[in-house]
Amino acid sequence: MSELVLTLSQWLEALAGDAEPWASYARYLPRILDGVWLTLELVVLSGLVGILLAVPLALMRVARNPLLWMPAYGYIFFFRGTPLLVQIFLVYYGLSQFDAVRDSGWLWDRVLSKPYWCAIIAFSLNTAAYTAELLRGAMKAVPRGEVEAAQALGLTRVAQYRDIILPRAFRIILPAYGNEVILMLKGSALASTITLLDLMGATRNVIARTYMSMEFFILAGVLYLLIAAAFIGLFRLAEHWLNAHRRTASK
Amino acid sequence: MTSPAALEVVDIHKRYGEHEVLRGIDLTAHDGDVISIIGSSGSGKSTLLRCLNLLEQPSRGEIRLRGEKLDLREDRHGDLHAVDRKQLERMRARIGFVFQSFNLWPHLNIVDNVTLAPMRVLGLDRRSAVEQAEALLARVGLADKRNAYPGNLSGGQQQRVAIARTLAMSPEVILFDEPTSALDPELVNEVLGVMRSLADEGRTMLIVTHEMRFARDVSSQVMFLHQGRVEEPGPPSEVFTSPRSERCREFLASHL
Repeated sequence: MSELVLTLSQWLEALAGDAEPWASYARYLPRILDGVWLTLELVVLSGLVGILLAVPLALMRVARNPLLWMPAYGYIFFFRGTPLLVQIFLVYYGLSQFDAVRDSGWLWDRVLSKPYWCAIIAFSLNTAAYTAELLRGAMKAVPRGEVEAAQALGLTRVAQYRDIILPRAFRIILPAYGNEVILMLKGSALASTITLLDLMGATRNVIARTYMSMEFFILAGVLYLLIAAAFIGLFRLAEHWLNAHRRTASK
Repeated sequence: MTSPAALEVVDIHKRYGEHEVLRGIDLTAHDGDVISIIGSSGSGKSTLLRCLNLLEQPSRGEIRLRGEKLDLREDRHGDLHAVDRKQLERMRARIGFVFQSFNLWPHLNIVDNVTLAPMRVLGLDRRSAVEQAEALLARVGLADKRNAYPGNLSGGQQQRVAIARTLAMSPEVILFDEPTSALDPELVNEVLGVMRSLADEGRTMLIVTHEMRFARDVSSQVMFLHQGRVEEPGPPSEVFTSPRSERCREFLASHL
């Protein structure tokens, strides 16, 4: 243990004494920050698309009709049960195997041949499965009486979901969903495997030029941490704001 | 025999598997009737009330609102469901229901709790719905709580909001399912006060309650339920003072 501390302190000393890493940081920071930006784009865009997909998926999942719940079940089972990396490769390398996909014109030229959109698609489909599962649990957790009150007043099934069940469910999943976004942030590093220069990709790119792997992986780690902290803060705020009823209740 | 009764139910049965909770109950509520349904727990009072707007599926029977019969169809478990969802929703909108546990929506503030159904179901615009809600909240003594959330209100206040929420639909009949049973004793009277004022203005009400003094004072009819049957029906003056049934006498002896 003391050896480790010694090594680390020597390393830090070298880092501080030697101007070289700082100069490299300064030189490559713009690239790294571009990577941060791309990572944020991937996470936020996929998160939004994921939520949009998760709502119908969750509604299908709780339906009684097997034609509705079975496809949703299969979808969620697949995307939760296979590695994200496999899903990314399936979209990026797998789809291009099909002539029909390569001949699909606009869809191929603008979307499916682009690693950026392939990453967005894979992440969205993946997070949609997890979010749908969270929503399903939350919809079941809405107290029966609150739904009965809506029924007793003559609200249609659609209105029950729109005004009571879904808004309640979204508030219930908020803490768990924040967790899902953090997991997605870290998973987004896999985008670098399909040539994207996200934070991870940019970092590896810089290391390939500078051979300063320790320095730049630490920088990347710190930046991922900061992004995660920012997301955690945002979700705290959202919880505070959306759960006004609970906040006042505890006073 | 001019206009049909506000609510008429014929031969309602409810069974859970082998267990028969309701064994054929008839009930007619004319305009302005206040009918108290009393009986020991397990006698089927709440189940009866919940069957009337199909929160619970009856196994047999007929429900008529203002002469309009609710179309029912039996599923494979022997429970009756509405044939036409639209008809059920229309009828539920005309039958108020006040729950023992209030069941306000905690994510909406008080005004939004009251305005939601009139806006969504009756198609009221927001401004008139809010105006109406404010008048109703004032009526139940909670005008100053309009922006509060259910979580900051006491049980008695929540139940009064729940009553306002029901009144906002201008129901033709209001069903009260043990509205004071979940309340601390000191909060019971504020809710009973509101209900008394509703009875006084001629509302048609069915009340499942354990508040015998209240039932005796406000009811036009009382039904004593025992094991899923109406054991003793009659005006409160008779049921409470000279019950004919032995069981009703015993029940009242322990509850008055």
